[in-house]
Amino acid sequence: MALLPFTLPFAELEVGHHLYWQIGDLNLHGQIFLSSWILIGALLAFVLVGTKNLSRDPKGAQNLLEFLWDYIRDLSRDQIGEKYYREWLPFIGTLFLFIFVSNWGGALIPWKVIELPEGELGAPTADINTTVAMALLVTLAYFYAGLSKKGWRFFELYVEPTPIMLPFKIIEEFTKPLSLSFRLFGNILADELAVGVLVYLVPLIVPLPVMLLGLFTSAIQALIFATLAAFYIGEGLHEAH
Amino acid sequence: MTWLLFAEAAVPEGGLFDLDATLPLMALQVVLLTFLLNTLFFRPVGKVVEDREGYINTSRADAKQKLEQVRRLEADLQDQLRGARQAAQAAIVDAETEVDSLYREALATAEAEANRTREQARNEIESQRETAQSKLMAQVDQLSSQIIQRLLAA
Repeated sequence: MALLPFTLPFAELEVGHHLYWQIGDLNLHGQIFLSSWILIGALLAFVLVGTKNLSRDPKGAQNLLEFLWDYIRDLSRDQIGEKYYREWLPFIGTLFLFIFVSNWGGALIPWKVIELPEGELGAPTADINTTVAMALLVTLAYFYAGLSKKGWRFFELYVEPTPIMLPFKIIEEFTKPLSLSFRLFGNILADELAVGVLVYLVPLIVPLPVMLLGLFTSAIQALIFATLAAFYIGEGLHEAH
Repeated sequence: MTWLLFAEAAVPEGGLFDLDATLPLMALQVVLLTFLLNTLFFRPVGKVVEDREGYINTSRADAKQKLEQVRRLEADLQDQLRGARQAAQAAIVDAETEVDSLYREALATAEAEANRTREQARNEIESQRETAQSKLMAQVDQLSSQIIQRLLAA
């Protein structure tokens, strides 16, 4: 960067710099929490406004909320099955909404305006901690759903359709959270970096198509994560697909 | 904005794959958000949507039932109408035949009366003519006997 004759105020690339908060011996990535609180606050504010006057004839924001609810219900019902989807709808819906809001918020809000002493604000999902946390929650949910509904018979899943599948099924339990977390993390970080590099090189107009593509990918990633989470939980419940 | 920098001890190096206490706290945050969204969003909105679906379903079933009832009533009325038409037709035919028979009866009695009257008149004429003839015959006899007497006397 020093080779360039001028520096642009909104174009600087930082990767792997974090705003560290230390509580006792624990290190926290402060920028992730700050941006996630802002985004969660916006999401909750929208939800509160939309559910203020719920009525049978929907008005205003209630329409969008109902559309979202319907979308999430269809998603979880398709993957988990008619019998159990109700219990898991809130979890799937939260994953979808949180990831979607994080991805789009990271892409649409001009975070660079807020100067941090270290690191930079951005999509919470561009941090490996967030995505691994959610992927592990999905794995926990998968085991909880299976064990609570099926008891020890849950482990029949590992020898179906033949016991030869056992090692692959065990490996799968590790690859599921890995692929979930790295897919989301990689896509969002790559999108941010691609936009960042393009903005750094050509600040006007040229990055716009990539930004639009980024918005598209962000939405798709939220859908993929939620769908896969629902699919895994449905698999744990042994519902026929 | 340096207040945001809580770091007092040595700041870790950082990096792309820096896993630390952010992970469990973020997981906790997501779980909390799940409960929050469930009470604020999914449950109330789901209730509204499902209530509406139930309302639409019952309304539709109701309307279907009513339509069925209307169809039944319509068929019933159609039946009644057909019956009434048939009854009317039968009444008309009855009346026509009755009128016809009455007409024929009256005609027959009138004809019979006329015949009877004519017959009577003819009989009367005949008898009168006969009496007149017999009277004439008697006079002729009388006259002829008188003529014979005069001629014999002469």
